[in-house]
This record gives sequence, C-alpha cells and structure tokens, in this order.
Amino acid sequence: MNLLDLLLAAPLVGFLITLALPKENKSLIKMFTLVFSLGVFAASLLLIGPTLERPSVMTSVTDTLWIATPAIRYHIGLDGVSIWLVLLSTFLTPISILLSFKYIDHRVKEFFAFLLLLEFGLIGVFIALDLFLFYVFWEVCLVPMYFLIGIWGHDRRIYAAVKFFIYTMVGSVLMLAAFLYIYGKAGTFDYPALLLMLESGRLSFGPVEEALLFLAFFLAFAIKVPLFPLHTWLPDAHVEAPTAGSVMLAAVMLKMGTYGILRFCLPMFPNAAANNADWIVALAIIGIIYGALVALVQPNMKKLVAYSSVSHLGFVVLGLFSGNQWGLDGAVYVMLAHGISTGALFMLVGFLYERQHSLEIKDYGGVATPAPWLSTVFLVTTLASIGMPLLNNFVGEFLVLQGAAKANIYWAVFAATGVILSACYMLWMYQRTFYGETPDEVRHHMYDLHSREWACILPLLALMIWMGVYAQSFLPSIGASNKAILERTQPTRTAEVVNHGH
Amino acid sequence: MDTKFFPQTAEMLRFLPEIILTIAGTLLLVMEGFKKEKDSRSLISTLTAVAIAAAMYGTVVAYQNPGLAFSNMLISDGYAAFFRLVVLGVGLLTVFSSTAYLEREKANSGEFYVLILFSLAGQCLMAAANELIMVFIGLEVSSIASYILAGYLRDDKRGNEAALKYFLLGSFATAFLLYGVAWVYGMTGSTNLMEIRAAIGRGVPSMTMVSAAAGLMLVGFAFKISAAPFQGWAPDVYQGAPSPVSGFLSAGPKAVAFAVMIRVFQTAFDAISPKWEPVLWIIALVTMTIGNFAALWQNNIKRLLGYSSIAHAGYVLVAVTTHSTTGTAAAMFYLAAYGLMNYGAFAIVTHVAGDGEHRVTLDDMKGLAQREPAVAALLTVFLLSLIGVPLTAGFFGKFYIFKAAIDSNLVWLTALGLLNSAVAAYYYLRILVVMYMHDPESTEHVSAIPGGLKLTMWVTAAATLVLGVFPGLVLDFATQFAALNK
Repeated sequence: MNLLDLLLAAPLVGFLITLALPKENKSLIKMFTLVFSLGVFAASLLLIGPTLERPSVMTSVTDTLWIATPAIRYHIGLDGVSIWLVLLSTFLTPISILLSFKYIDHRVKEFFAFLLLLEFGLIGVFIALDLFLFYVFWEVCLVPMYFLIGIWGHDRRIYAAVKFFIYTMVGSVLMLAAFLYIYGKAGTFDYPALLLMLESGRLSFGPVEEALLFLAFFLAFAIKVPLFPLHTWLPDAHVEAPTAGSVMLAAVMLKMGTYGILRFCLPMFPNAAANNADWIVALAIIGIIYGALVALVQPNMKKLVAYSSVSHLGFVVLGLFSGNQWGLDGAVYVMLAHGISTGALFMLVGFLYERQHSLEIKDYGGVATPAPWLSTVFLVTTLASIGMPLLNNFVGEFLVLQGAAKANIYWAVFAATGVILSACYMLWMYQRTFYGETPDEVRHHMYDLHSREWACILPLLALMIWMGVYAQSFLPSIGASNKAILERTQPTRTAEVVNHGH
Repeated sequence: MDTKFFPQTAEMLRFLPEIILTIAGTLLLVMEGFKKEKDSRSLISTLTAVAIAAAMYGTVVAYQNPGLAFSNMLISDGYAAFFRLVVLGVGLLTVFSSTAYLEREKANSGEFYVLILFSLAGQCLMAAANELIMVFIGLEVSSIASYILAGYLRDDKRGNEAALKYFLLGSFATAFLLYGVAWVYGMTGSTNLMEIRAAIGRGVPSMTMVSAAAGLMLVGFAFKISAAPFQGWAPDVYQGAPSPVSGFLSAGPKAVAFAVMIRVFQTAFDAISPKWEPVLWIIALVTMTIGNFAALWQNNIKRLLGYSSIAHAGYVLVAVTTHSTTGTAAAMFYLAAYGLMNYGAFAIVTHVAGDGEHRVTLDDMKGLAQREPAVAALLTVFLLSLIGVPLTAGFFGKFYIFKAAIDSNLVWLTALGLLNSAVAAYYYLRILVVMYMHDPESTEHVSAIPGGLKLTMWVTAAATLVLGVFPGLVLDFATQFAALNK
C-alpha cells in the first residue's frame, strides 16, 4: 500500500460517499466533491518528487496477484510520462467540478458522483501495468462519460452518447481479443514481464501475427484518439456534452488513446509499428489538415474546438510514429498542452453558453466591449491553441515538427500547414465572436468573468504560460521515459536506418 | 455389478437433493388440498424455500459422497453439484420473488411452489444423470412442470399462448432427443454414457449412424438451450410467461440443459468430436448473431431479454465448441453468472411491470432513474453485466469463454463473438437511455417493492459485483470439476 494505491482508491471512495449523500442537499454535494477532488489533487502532487528522481523506470509500484486463473495482477506504477497524465486528470477534475456548480442544477448528485468515477477510471488507465487491469480501467472510463453526455447533454445527447459508447466498445473488444491472444502465448498479462520476455526472446511474434496484434491494439487506440477517419464520434460527443464533460473528454480522455499507443503499441510491436508508420502518419497528416479545414467552416463554436482537437491529436500521432526522441517528446508535450488549452477553450465556450445559451458564432459579436476580461482570457487561450511561442502548444508542436522533419521532411511540411490553418480558424472565430458591433442581444446578456469563473480559468492560464516559458520543468522526465521506450524499438529501428542508408 | 435388495446408503446420499425435493413437493401438494381459500399462502412459500435450502444442503452431502449410484445411472461429482446449486439457487430466487407477485396477480395458490419443486427435482436429476434415459426423465419432469409454470396465469392470453407454444415445440424437440437415444442404443447396446463411449471406442457397425444419433440429440438440446435454428420459442415464452417464471426458465433449465449437453458430448460422443465441433462452431455463431440482431428492434423488455438470452446461449456454445476443460469451466462460470444477472433483470421487470404486467415496454421505463433511483441503479448493474463491462460477473464470463476459445485456436469465432457483444451493447444501452436520459412521463406514485423481491434484486446485484471483482470464488470450483469423469 503506497500513496499511489490511495490515490487510485480515493476517487472511488469519493464516488461512493457522494452516492450516500442526501440528494436534496445540492450545495453539500458540490462542496464535498470539490474539496474531495482538491484533496486528491494535493495527494497527486506528492507523487511528483519520487517519480522525477528516476523518471525512466516505474516508481510507486504495487504488484500483487488479483485473480489466480488466469493470472491477473494488480500492478500499477508511474514513470515520467504517466505522472503528468495522472496530474492532468487530478488537476482538471476539481476544475470541472467547480465549473459545473451553477450549470448543473438537475440531478446534481449523479453528475458529481460520475465525475469522481471518471477520475478513478482515468487515473487507473494511466497507471495500470497489467494489460488486463488496463482494459478494466479503460472500460470503467466509458460508463461515467456515457452518462455525463447522455443525461446532461444538449438536444442530440442520446445519439451522441450511444455513438460514443459503441465506437469505443467495438475498438476495445478487439483489443481484448489481442490481450487474450498474447496471454495464450505468454501466460501473463503483466506488462513489464511481457517486455522482459520479448527482450529475451522467450516470447516472439511472427510478422503477420505481430501485424494483426498491432492493428487490434492500434484500432482501439485510434478510435479513442481519434485518428481520421475514425473521428466522427468526437464532434457529436463534444457538441452534446455538458461543459465539464467536454473538458474531461478533450483534455484527458482523448489522451488515453495516444498514451496507449506510446505505452503498448510501440514497445511491444516495434517492427509492426515501423512497418505501418507510413500510412498511419499519412492518416495523421490528413487528420491535421482535414480537422483544421472543417474547423474553419464550423458555425458552432464547440464543434470548431472539437475539430481543432482532431487536428491537434494528429500532431500527437505524427510525433509518436516519427520514431525519434523529438517526436515522442513533442507528442507527449502536445498531449499535455492540448489538455490544458483545449480544456480551457471548452470551458470558455461554456462560459459564453451560460450567458447567452447559444453555441452559434453568428449569435455573438463584439463581446469584448461588455466583457473585456473574458475576451482577454479567451485571446490568450486562442493564442496558446494555435501554437504561439511562449505558450504551451508551441513547444510540443515544434518538437513534433522537428521529429517529423528528421524522419521525413515532407511529413513536416504538410503537418506545418496545420499550424497555419489553426491560426486561421481560431483567430477568425475570435474575431467574429469578440470584435465588431455588439448586438443588443449580446449586450443584454453578457457580463464579465466572476470570481468562480476566474478560479476555474486562472490555474489553466498559469499553466499555459508556465509550460510555454519553462518547458524544462516537464521535458526532462518525459524525455527520460521516452528514451526508455525508444530503446525497446531501437534494435529493429537501427536495421531500418541502415537500409535507408542514413 | 452387485445388486442389493435395498440401495446402499451412499447411493441414497448421492441422490439426496432429488429425494428432498420430491418428498417436499408431494407433501406440499397434499397440504395445499387441506387449505382454505382465505388462508395465507406465505406458509407454503416459506416451506418451499426451506425445502430448497435443504436440497442445497443435500447437494453438499451428495458432493461429499462422490461416486456412481443406482447401477451407474447417476453420478455425483463436483460438476453435478455445481449445476445442482445453480438451479437450486435460481429456484430460491424464484420463490422469493414470486410470493408477492402471485398475490398481486391474484393467482396465489400452492401449486405454483409445488411445480417449482418438481421442476427443480428434474433439473437436479439432469445435472447428475450419467445415462440417457435418466437425462430424458429429468428433462421431462423439469419441462412438464415448466410448461405449466409458463401458463400459470390461466386468464392471461399471452401466458396461454406461451405455454402452448412451449409445450408443443418442446415435446417435438424432446421426441428428437428420444429418437436419438434409441439410435444410440441400437448402435452401442447401451444408454450409459461411459459404456457408449467404450462401445464407440471398440467399434460400432456404423459411425454414420452414431453421428446421426448425436445430431438428433443435438436438436433436442438445441431447443432447450434456445440455440439456432430452434430458438424461435424463447422470445414468445419469455414475453408471455409471468416475469418470475421467465427469469426462472432463462436461468435454471437452460443452465442444466447445457450441463447435460456438455456431459453427453464430452463423454459419450467424445470420439466423434471432429464431427460435432464444426457444427457447434456454426450454431454458436448463428445463435449469437440472430439473438443480438433480433434484440436490436425490440421494444418489449421481456422480449428483448428473450432475444438476449438467445445471444448468451451463443456465447456459452462457443465455450462448448472449444471442447476443452477450460471451456467447460468457462461455460460453468458463465451459466452461474448469467443466472444471477438475468434473474436480477427479470426481478426488476417483475417490479416495474406492475399490476397485470402492463408496463413492459421501453417507454414504460422512461425516467425510472428519477422515479426509483435504486431500482434503476440495480438494473444498470445487471445490464452492464449483460453487456460485459469489467468489474461485473458478466464480463468475466465472456472473458473466460473467449480466453478458452483463443486457447483452442478458435480465433475467428472469438473475434466474431466479441464484435457480437459490441452489437449487443446497443440494445442494452437503449434501456439505460430510457431509464436515465428521458424524463418520467407520468407522476404515478411508486409502489413499494415487496420484501422478497427486494431481497432477490439486492442479492443478485451484490453477487454480480462480487463475482466481477473476485471471479475466483466460482471459477476455482468450476475449474476443479470441469474435467468430466470419462
């Protein structure tokens, strides 16, 4: 029993306690979940120290047998990548809770309980070191998000929720089949043990076998990312979800897919990953450009931000499959940066919605006059999202492009157009919403940020700047973990490099 | 073979559950005759529950005295004990949830409980049968009682239709089974499973005839487990029968039919497994596909659960197809888990359906989460388990089945089965959608849940979750006894 176990168990306990609270006492439920999730966040901060001491190996490990036959282990741990994703989850949960204080007034208890259950699943996904355990948490995340979208969403919420569930389910059952197949060969689900067996040659896959297993894993993750053309659930889910749901979905849940690729696909199937890199990168670049172009013509703000996510996540996949340190570091950095800046964007769009009950850009205009601070904050977030230097996304996207250029210059060239396009769609949206004439409708409804909203957005703003100005706080540990992952892919990589005559 | 004038004590002990159930059933039947109309019927339901609990104890006694009984006609092994406990457990849940139901539907008479006891006696006999005639007798005892139970609400047209359909088709299927038994006897000169196996090993006049006999018997079993192409009765019967009975039929008799089928095919027909494995492969796939796709369009919850039970039979057939010890253990686990979650779901339907079971469509479930949050939450547990979401018993059930299938190199069947279960998620989600995401239409007052029914719901839900975290509790036992005595 170490701190990480407690951190994992805490949201589940919180979920159960919340269920036991009286449902009429809404403010008690809100305050309890907020304080509780802040406590969880504080606890997670304590894990940074020990993890950063040795970021390239797993720390805070607990490894015990859960189920004897088949051997399933409760095996969890943190390394230099997963610690940041865990922190992202624990950081955004209290913010999402605070964010929903006013917005959610209907079936309050269930809403806040589901947010805690979601946190439990998310933490679990990022720390599980047993394939089976990973699958369990992967599915656990599905249930609360399904309800969050389906109950508190907008008009087409049910369609969106079911689509979200079925898409993810189809991918994950194939992943489960692959897990079972691996278990049949290796006799274990334990991830470090599997890596050791692969390394020592006690476990090896034939080329076709490896390719099929890789694809089964990859499909599940690609749906979650989402990689073009599997992205169609995402705009629906985002547009229909309540603000807190959108924030958690975009900021953390999408990272489950890219994390899965980084953690499992690349180290376990290095040959298949290298062989399939070309078409995957092609899809990623199509996603970057396509997502940006579609975002450009969206009349709906949330949909615009959703498509921008497709574009940004394309960068992550590009970085992951560029096969070098820069690409991987950049990919992880974009994962974190996108979590902060897109989380903030969804939150700000939610603030606008709470004021005027519309997500259509055409219903707004000249918001800067009645709400200057809101406009300023929105502008900073917009700039962060389009990759302005000194803000968070820039670091990640730059590293990804550098890594891509190192692998293949054309990849970088095409991907870079995405950065330009992102400036177009974001700034154009900003211009139409915040500048120009202020219609009476807007003047009537609009007011500036109030204290609770400041409390939600300020931590995110601070992080955007911190991550943009001083990336050294995060990059060394990410780099060390990625190096360990790259080393596993290296032997075969070397062979490939030799073939290309570099 | 040493025959004695009286059976040995050990033999009697191996037969103890059936003895208890039969005696209790007969006594209650007599007792019912002396009761007056206005007397309370709660005594008889209590006595029935006690009898079933005693039969469970009898099962433990039988389990502690393993071996053959009555000229090798019965076998008391862990496998038999497992299925006896499953069906008795389902029977107990049925008794708990029926008392108030029968009260509500004004059909509270003692025969109901007596029929349950006789049906259970037949099912227990099937679980322990080591001989085709015993299989047939057990099947008939169980089925005839079930036919009546399905039509127990005499004035209900749908119930009558269900009972008649079940009876006619069921008899027809049993005839196939019996015909198969006759052929087997003709070919091998025995109806004892082990002797049939030995005879086939020594050589029979015509292997084709033996295979045909196995095919005929397969028809009979396929009907009982509602496997394609003999699945048509299940939705009609589950829809028409009283809800507690639907739950009973979908859990107990089905589990034990699987038990017999596995025992017969892995013992007597072990040698011709290359012939039946591909057939089962196809039946398994077709069964789950038909069940899942037909369920997509259903608006009546009982009917939907009927189709879903077909799909689940398909999953279990995957386990049978593996023809391996792990497969058998997986099937055992699945049937126990399925009994829990499906009975739980039917218990909720029993409550939600209300007087005369008029409220059984999806629309009637609208806003249930707001009207009765606890009931909705429990149904959510069952539905998630039926979907196969982790931390529920249903998940580990599917997991073990598909793991066994992968171990037996049934990779395609596994992939198709898993995709099937993704399709299934859709129709279970529809129930969740109407419960949680629609607002209630009427502000009808909520009727209190009777104690027995409440107990059933909570016990099945708790067990579903416990098995979802500690599947070893059941699986270890199943694994230990999955290797059948050959």
